Amino acid sequence: MRYLAAKTAGEAAAALAAEPGLTRILAGGTDVLVQLKSGLVEPALIVDIKQIPGIAEIVAEDGGYRIGAAVPNAVLGEHAGVVAMWPGVVEGANLIGSTQVQGRCTMVGNLCNGSPAGDAVPGLIAANAVARIVGPNGQRDLPVADIPTGPGKTSLAKGEVITSVFLPARPARASDAYLRFIPRTEMDIAVASAAVSLELNADDTVKAARVVLGAVAPTVIVAEEAGRICVGSKLDEATLARMAAACEAVAKPIDDKRGTVAFRTKTAGTLAKRAALTAYTRAGGTK
Amino acid sequence: MAFDEYQKREFKQVGKRVRRPDGVDKVTGRAMYGADATAPGMLWARILRSPHAHARIRSIDTSAAMALKGVRAVLTGADLPDQEDVFIRDVQNNCMAKDKVLYDGHAVAAVAAVDIATAKAALKLIKVDYEILPHVTDVDKAMAPGAPVVLDGRSLESVPAGMSANVTEHAEFGHGDLGAGFAKADMVLERSYKTPTAHQGYIEPHAALASVTSDGKAELWCCTQGQFYVRTLCAAIMGMEASQLRVTASEIGGGFGGKTTVFIEPVALALARKAGRPVKLVMNRDEVFRATGPTVHSSMDVKIGMTKDGRITAAEAKLRYSGGAFPSGTHSFGAQAAFAAYDLAAVRSYSWNVLTNRPKEAAYRAPGAPQAIYAVEATIDELCQHFGLDPLDVRLKNAARKGTKSSYGPTFPDIGLVATLEAAKAHPHYSAPLEPGQGRGISCGFWFNFGGNSCVSLNINTDGTVGVTEGNPDIGGSRASISLMAAEELGIDYDRVRTIVADTSSLGYNDVTDGSRVTFAVGLATIKAARDAVRVMCERAAKIWGIDADAVEWKDGAAVPAGPNAGKFPPMTLAEIAAVSFETGGPIAGHHEVNVDGAGVSFGVHIVDIEVDKETGATKVLRYTVFQDAGKAVHPSYVEGQMQGGAVQGIGWALNEEYIYGEDGRLQNPTFLDYRVPVASDLPMIDTVILEIPNPGHPYGVRGVGETGIVPPLAAITNAVCRSAGVRMHELPMSPPRVLKALSA
Repeated sequence: MRYLAAKTAGEAAAALAAEPGLTRILAGGTDVLVQLKSGLVEPALIVDIKQIPGIAEIVAEDGGYRIGAAVPNAVLGEHAGVVAMWPGVVEGANLIGSTQVQGRCTMVGNLCNGSPAGDAVPGLIAANAVARIVGPNGQRDLPVADIPTGPGKTSLAKGEVITSVFLPARPARASDAYLRFIPRTEMDIAVASAAVSLELNADDTVKAARVVLGAVAPTVIVAEEAGRICVGSKLDEATLARMAAACEAVAKPIDDKRGTVAFRTKTAGTLAKRAALTAYTRAGGTK
Repeated sequence: MAFDEYQKREFKQVGKRVRRPDGVDKVTGRAMYGADATAPGMLWARILRSPHAHARIRSIDTSAAMALKGVRAVLTGADLPDQEDVFIRDVQNNCMAKDKVLYDGHAVAAVAAVDIATAKAALKLIKVDYEILPHVTDVDKAMAPGAPVVLDGRSLESVPAGMSANVTEHAEFGHGDLGAGFAKADMVLERSYKTPTAHQGYIEPHAALASVTSDGKAELWCCTQGQFYVRTLCAAIMGMEASQLRVTASEIGGGFGGKTTVFIEPVALALARKAGRPVKLVMNRDEVFRATGPTVHSSMDVKIGMTKDGRITAAEAKLRYSGGAFPSGTHSFGAQAAFAAYDLAAVRSYSWNVLTNRPKEAAYRAPGAPQAIYAVEATIDELCQHFGLDPLDVRLKNAARKGTKSSYGPTFPDIGLVATLEAAKAHPHYSAPLEPGQGRGISCGFWFNFGGNSCVSLNINTDGTVGVTEGNPDIGGSRASISLMAAEELGIDYDRVRTIVADTSSLGYNDVTDGSRVTFAVGLATIKAARDAVRVMCERAAKIWGIDADAVEWKDGAAVPAGPNAGKFPPMTLAEIAAVSFETGGPIAGHHEVNVDGAGVSFGVHIVDIEVDKETGATKVLRYTVFQDAGKAVHPSYVEGQMQGGAVQGIGWALNEEYIYGEDGRLQNPTFLDYRVPVASDLPMIDTVILEIPNPGHPYGVRGVGETGIVPPLAAITNAVCRSAGVRMHELPMSPPRVLKALSA
């Protein structure tokens, strides 16, 4: 097993592209080190990206924020600007692991891990976040929603490295929220989760809504219809019930040790309702 | 009997919340746990484990592993002797399979190599040819005729004819006329329950370092609850004399009963003997879950008759326990404990042990009692709900007390159940109002407690300090408690006493730290060892004063003349006598060796408030209070810690903890991520109320307190959840998917 601390994203991409064996990218290492220790993977090459200039920084850009791939979630949680603009994204990221893990883990790592239960991912997709990718053939931008393709799988090509995610600007009367269900209160993985991002009209009705569900399909999924149902309402009970039903309709979970199909389906709708109400309040909506 | 030991006294040391002796070491990282032991030239070992729930081992080819550079020894079951004694054979086969693997994770081979990476690589080179056999992991399925047979020919004569060969044992307890009793009831309720396998969840994985010399002497350092029992088992497996094997217990990071037997220790010794080098073997968490000793899982039927004013007229329980792949006697503890809290005219409990393809059960706090008492206490609660009766009043109406012939035979001496129930009823928690949608549950709990073989040596140092040597690993504050009792008896300050845990060559045999026995039994031996030392010190004072030894008595830490006729001498303190001991006959010590009887039974009552989220099935524990009879709380903080710890483990068992087996018979959740013990943020502070009803069998009235605390939570939580949810559930854990399903039914 070789270890490379890349000095530039290009160097990282080139090394990863050139390695014929299994590779892993190391940022916080909260997934990779666990996989190594348990013998789940035995990579030929590990590329540490933390020394790449700027990769651990949060930068204001076009009214939004660009968050480096090696920004630990604890640092993200202390960034007043991001917290104010995208509280749902941050609360999802800050639910991962424990306090100690928060000091190391990153949103991009959570995204690249490819788990449908990743807590940082639904919020990013609800926010229409865009990933910046450096590969052997240069740089490209891709919506975060297009990155996960299945459990443990992403659409990234060999050698491609995500260097940052961009959270776009948003109007004043807009906010988001994330909720997950776990049997405990912490130190756990989502059995079902929901992120909701809302924009309100001046009359407190919903102008735009994006509802995203986690742990109920092979990837995090966008519940398009659930979002459409919210538009024009003040999230009255009848609307929320329809919205929850729309979430249940698109949920395609599995039975496993963490939960049943019936439980995950119902809970995804319940969480979406509750997250929508929180986002609505955060956006300044009153009923 | 030993029920005349207790003498009322004013305590000067016992009852103080003194500083714990192991605290500094533990918080600064100095404490030497199992995995901290090292030896020169040490090798590292790893174990190859079966991926199958049940398979015959056709052959094992270790040649490629042996040929790997850095490998010093490879061990399989074929390297271990054929044991005559069936119990030792089971223990050995559980540590290393011989002909068949009996559960997912069962050890089939082990490697010792110069480093862990080499040992791991060698495991991959071992070829095991398995003939996969049908498996069974559920107790009811294993009991059915035609079920795959885990081990044949193991049924004892007590098992009724015609049952599956998996049924190894049967027990029955009780008295009175059940038919007549049920006929007197206004309602007879029959319910069936299931409880999952739970693991003790100790933080420290098993670890051992073994060294065997070419002249046959061996040293073993390991994390255990009983170094003497480890010696017994390992000496038998290794074919060694006890004197040639010295076992030293490390500091222990939790045991709860799970470290009362051996899993890796004989493997480390056998590898060390084969390799001619010290061998270190440390389990990882996956191995701890798959291949140590979790609890039985159970399936139970309970039938209780009650009058409309709450008198239980008859009660019956049928308990089907599976202790995993080898015979287990834990079912009998369940059958004895089921109705122990009640004074019943007609009562019967039946129990069976059933083999399944799961790891062999080991003890876990009050083994066998939580399951049975859960089923009984949940059924009583349902009857209370049916009749609209106060659940504490119903318990008080039926409570066992002094003179009650218990459901398992003995007649109770002084016991604390009624006082405990009354304390619960009078406590502000019980009368605090509940919000709509919240539920309050209560349950009684019981455990027998144990005494057993205990040896203590107590040395009076010439500077006036005292060293106590005892032989039980400290899993719950025993060093502090033993020091307190020694100080009390000698009349000196706690800070003058230091207690250490000796290895097996330094002291006579001590039973395992189990049965909540150490503070009680080793405490008793300590008090008597101190009295022995006091006798010697009085003799020395008499010698100095030139009077008869029986004219000297011990008072407030000093020898004094027994009365005016003995002569006028100023008191000689312990320190003064110790300082001149070399001139008065030599070093002074006391010792005591005994098989202690008279462990007082212990009762507890728990109250819990719960709120169920009706949309998700999530439960929130709002308030929890434990009431328990400690006899005498030697160190109240440790007693409270035991009560809280037991409650928390029981809460986890009730709500989320379970072994989940797939159709393939493999354990699906051998991690702390998916085997969910409660985390600190899940729970409120567990409030505690210590009752002190002296145990007549101990000089200071001490009862064991370590186990009873895990018994009530299963039913207390069930009763609270069911009252909050408005629906009765009969299977643990009440995980959110199960609760939501019950709510939607």
